[in-house]
Amino acid sequence: MHTQSISQLAQSLRSGAFSSVELTRHYLQRIQAHQALNAYITVTEAQALEAAAVADQRLADGTATLLTGIPIAQKDIFCTLGVKTSCGSKMLDNFIAPYNATVVDNFNQAGAVSLGKLNMDEFAMGSSNETSFYGVVRNPWNPDTVPGGSSGGSAVAVAAGLAVAATGTDTGGSIRQPAALCGITGLKPTYGRVSRYGMIAYASSLDQGGPMARSAEDAAVLLQVMAGFDGKDSTSADLPVPDYLAALNQPLSGLKIGLPKEFFGEGLDSGVAEVIMAAVAEYRNLGAQVIEVSMPNLNLAIPAYYVIACAESSANLSRYDGVRFGHRCANPQDLTDLYTRSRGEGFGKEVKRRILMGTYALSAGYYDAYYLKAQKVRRLISQDFQQALAQVDVIMSPVTPTTAFGIGEKLADPIAMYLADIYTIAINLAGVPAMSIPAGLSGGLPVGLQLIGNHFSEARLLNIAHQYQQVTDWHTLTPPGFA
Amino acid sequence: MSLTADDVNKIAHLARLGIDSQDIESYTKDLSGMLDLMTQMSKLDTSGIEPMAHPLDQVQRLRADAVTEADQRAHFQALAPQVADGLYLVPKVIE
Repeated sequence: MHTQSISQLAQSLRSGAFSSVELTRHYLQRIQAHQALNAYITVTEAQALEAAAVADQRLADGTATLLTGIPIAQKDIFCTLGVKTSCGSKMLDNFIAPYNATVVDNFNQAGAVSLGKLNMDEFAMGSSNETSFYGVVRNPWNPDTVPGGSSGGSAVAVAAGLAVAATGTDTGGSIRQPAALCGITGLKPTYGRVSRYGMIAYASSLDQGGPMARSAEDAAVLLQVMAGFDGKDSTSADLPVPDYLAALNQPLSGLKIGLPKEFFGEGLDSGVAEVIMAAVAEYRNLGAQVIEVSMPNLNLAIPAYYVIACAESSANLSRYDGVRFGHRCANPQDLTDLYTRSRGEGFGKEVKRRILMGTYALSAGYYDAYYLKAQKVRRLISQDFQQALAQVDVIMSPVTPTTAFGIGEKLADPIAMYLADIYTIAINLAGVPAMSIPAGLSGGLPVGLQLIGNHFSEARLLNIAHQYQQVTDWHTLTPPGFA
Repeated sequence: MSLTADDVNKIAHLARLGIDSQDIESYTKDLSGMLDLMTQMSKLDTSGIEPMAHPLDQVQRLRADAVTEADQRAHFQALAPQVADGLYLVPKVIE
């Protein structure tokens, strides 16, 4: 069951091959059997079975949607009414969300069954899922390697068949990078396409939620439910949502692909490069034309990103003060002690590093040199994308410079960890949508191909990904032992 | 550019963030490394470039100034570490 697509499962639920309760039990058993991967922070077994029973009712009375009765799981960054929503942090270990994120509401209305909440880097700050208060998540392709981050639990749950699909969030690559390292399909939509209401904030001008799934087709089904205007998110895009499934089957003849030379330079592993070039050759066979494009300011994307993300996070995370919710230290002596110790005890090391960096960048005398400068660099990077995307329909590149690295390998050197985000980060600065799709293996580990499009071109990206998945089977590979 | 342990203590105070004294050295090293990375931006001439605050260059949407939310104080305060009579409690600020 757990290697089937959403449409296959939906068909089986309708033909009576199995019920949603049976399907949900199957996933709950798999979650139990593969606890060593540490993909879930919270499994909501009772609620899942209850939702599955309701879904079976809807399937019987003809009010079901394509997602009704399909077991999915939410990254633990999406507030879920009555369920612990930890954001991977000790700070929120005691936080039972008092309301639903819009994304969670949307899935509930569609009748999807939520299996629980998925592990992640603390406050989505990390590229390896090693900063979670709840421990590292293991990559099912090799348990000694990281799954990527910050949506590591989401990627592992989908790759290992512990959920049909999952939600993720992406501030600098947190959907695409774990999708690449775990061999699944992930989509970061255009900034504003998916509501951020109830999605715990990291860097508000960069954060965006999106689907993580076994195929572009499944991702299209999820995005259809996730996307849309939300009056409760002041940066939500007030634009109609296209029919993503209907767009999947357009032919690709005449498609113009741009390869930015800066994405294929020093630091790119030769095995990864080989897989990417083979995927591009496959697109040529499908009728696409390939031209070289340029992103002259790419090398400044990492510094600009870390200034903006740290600055915004230092402001966003100031709400965790030990007064209204979250961790509070024992026996505070005075108000300053209450703030300082509650925050000092509640946050882990990577979160503290970014709060300190952001506080410094925003402090008097340094604002112009760091934050304002980074916002100017951001504009130049955005212009690079607009210039390239004026010549081509889609930009293709690797998602990561290497395949999954070893657990612990980069922990001692945060800068090395940041530099590995080089191919994903610029996309968030420009606010454009991008996907990672499985394109092959290098040394037995998955490699992701990145597809980057212009604002609100998700339907086209899903189409381009789907056509590739019609002529290749990389997306159907399952890690050994998880078939 | 290099920071000192003193700088890190000052920044931590601005952020009201408790840092263990034995960790100050590693934060000083890490933050100095991050600053070196960020200082790379100064090589680029950005005079005349408009800063970009929103990736689609949009401004905050406004809504009518009308009450849209019901009072959920008790619901939200159920999460608080310490409340009394509908108020959040903190250590005494004024004697």
